[in-house]
Amino acid sequence: MVNWNSWLFWPDNAALSVFALGLLATLFLYAARAPMHGIIHSTCALVSHATRFVARWLFVAADNMRLRNQSVLLAHGQESEAVLIEREFERVGDIVRKDMQEFPALQRKMLEEATRMEDDYRKCGIVPPPPPEWVTALESVAQIKSGGDIPRKLLEDMSKSIQKIHDKTIAEFRRSYEDRHKILNAIQPSWRTVEKLMGEMDKKMVTLQTNAKQMDVHMGKFEGIRAKDNKTEHALTMSSFVQLAISSLVMVIAVGGAFINYKLIALPMSEMVGASDYIMSNLKTSDVAALVIILMEASMGLFLLESLRITQLFPRIASMDDRMRRKLMIASLVFLTILAAIESSLALMRDMLIADKTSLMRDLASIAPAASDGVLTSIPMIGQMVMGFVLPFALAFVAIPFENMVHSLRTVAGVFLVQSMRGLGVIFKFAGLLFKRLATVLEMAYDVTIVVPLMVERWVVAMRTGPSAVAEEVELPKQRRAA
Amino acid sequence: MNKCLTILILSFGLVSLGACGDNRMYNHGVYMLVDTSGTYAREMGKAVKIISYLLATLNPGDSLAVAKVETRSFTEKDIVAKVTFDKRPSQATSQKRAFKDKVQSFAKDIKGSAYTDITGGLIQGAEYLNETKSGIKTIVIFSDMQEELSKGTIRDFPISLDGFRVVALNVTKLGTDNADPRLYLDRLARWEARVRKAGATEWVVVNDLENNLESILATR
Repeated sequence: MVNWNSWLFWPDNAALSVFALGLLATLFLYAARAPMHGIIHSTCALVSHATRFVARWLFVAADNMRLRNQSVLLAHGQESEAVLIEREFERVGDIVRKDMQEFPALQRKMLEEATRMEDDYRKCGIVPPPPPEWVTALESVAQIKSGGDIPRKLLEDMSKSIQKIHDKTIAEFRRSYEDRHKILNAIQPSWRTVEKLMGEMDKKMVTLQTNAKQMDVHMGKFEGIRAKDNKTEHALTMSSFVQLAISSLVMVIAVGGAFINYKLIALPMSEMVGASDYIMSNLKTSDVAALVIILMEASMGLFLLESLRITQLFPRIASMDDRMRRKLMIASLVFLTILAAIESSLALMRDMLIADKTSLMRDLASIAPAASDGVLTSIPMIGQMVMGFVLPFALAFVAIPFENMVHSLRTVAGVFLVQSMRGLGVIFKFAGLLFKRLATVLEMAYDVTIVVPLMVERWVVAMRTGPSAVAEEVELPKQRRAA
Repeated sequence: MNKCLTILILSFGLVSLGACGDNRMYNHGVYMLVDTSGTYAREMGKAVKIISYLLATLNPGDSLAVAKVETRSFTEKDIVAKVTFDKRPSQATSQKRAFKDKVQSFAKDIKGSAYTDITGGLIQGAEYLNETKSGIKTIVIFSDMQEELSKGTIRDFPISLDGFRVVALNVTKLGTDNADPRLYLDRLARWEARVRKAGATEWVVVNDLENNLESILATR
């Protein structure tokens, strides 16, 4: 408890004592005005400079980080685009290798068809010989003026002969047309073949054209990345955000699968490593062992996908020679299969343990065992075993979203970090500005407490030198503050 | 790369060290004293139910013993059945079945004793549980807590129950308790004071055997 009476000069007269104390304090504050103003000004300037320095540093660091992020993002984008372009080239190469290599044969076939058609067409062009020129002879006979039987008979004979020859010629002509129709009919399949071949060629060319368009798109992106333009950078950043969201979603689903997997094998693992072993309180060794099995499965899946070059988290694996890579792939697959088989058998053991425990519980509760339907009761067991075998393989594919997440997380975290640093920089800058102004406020607040001595001082100065000097004196601190 | 490898090896080492630690410290050890004196012998059915509950609740690696409270209970002969469950759940289940059979045959052939030596049973139980090196040690007393010692039986000396939990189960009211409830309350208070003085960490009374059986075993 503070004894305020000790501060009073005259304890019986508190008002007078307080007045005397106030007077003394005012005099002291007036005397200490200049150094106090200096302290306030220096302290605020110190804090202001420090905060502005930190703000500047944050902005510079944020810019550096942005540049670094940009280079990483563009490098990764360039790599991805290069892979896509490579893949498109491979596809085009495949099309050219598989389909276009048939083009000479196709061309030869088409030429053969064309030659055959030409021959046939030429055959169609042969017309039967025209009928003999009876018409001129007939005209000569018809011009004979004197009638009689002889010309008539002659004409009749000629008519008969002409009729006979005409019939023969007509028959010949029809046969000839029939032959030509047959030839034209035979050309029809050739036309169809040619049409089919042309269709196939057209289809292949369309595929090739689509691939070329895709390549154009990728090349456009690639050029944008090479040129480091803002539009491409923004597109890549947004793509990273989307990728992160998608891969996180898939990872959440995978974690759900892993949890189910864990539940399947945690209980039977206690049969292998003991149920009463604890690593820490509430952390059983069997639980950790189950977790380790699942992590090993995920690792094997990761190695499998790495060796298949689906993911590229480990450059060492990607750069291995094909023989070694294939060996690694087989080893990963074998280990994964063994682990899946172990898990499947653990799932079976889990079912047996649960059945045993249920039976014990019934015994303890003296309840008669429930009648069991063999098929129905074995369905969950089979289901568990199948799940135990399939889940590790499904879990192996986690490597793909995981790789995506790792790459996109770097970009997203970088963006957030840059923005945070910039935000912090703004706050520090604002604080610097505040402290700069605060010095003036504090100086004025200090002067308020000694306003009476200041007024006296001003009056005395005015008395000595005139009002202009006082005005100058008032203006001087203002100018100093402004400076 | 080397740094990461070192951290990984160290982590594995720490985990392995943890795994090699004393695992018994997380296990339960339960010693159940069953009062067989006088009229209380008729409560044996309830005792069997509680033993069944314990069997259902205890895990592999835990220990359980059931002993009867007789005229002089500080002897291994009074232990009806004792077991430390195997680490493997399947073996533990088989052991539980065998334990239950032993308890049931004991319940059939039960003979009432003339006196009730609870203190002797407590000392015997403490000895047994200390031997099992269980982390959580619980002595369950299924009795009316009315100790009656025969002539020549000396139990008025300080006992040690350091780190033990003591659970009094089904503490029935005697005829005299009904007339003067202070007798019952004093009896319980006396026992609580005694076990606490002996170093017990917890004293629990469970009379509602239908709804409050979870209080018998402490959470790990």
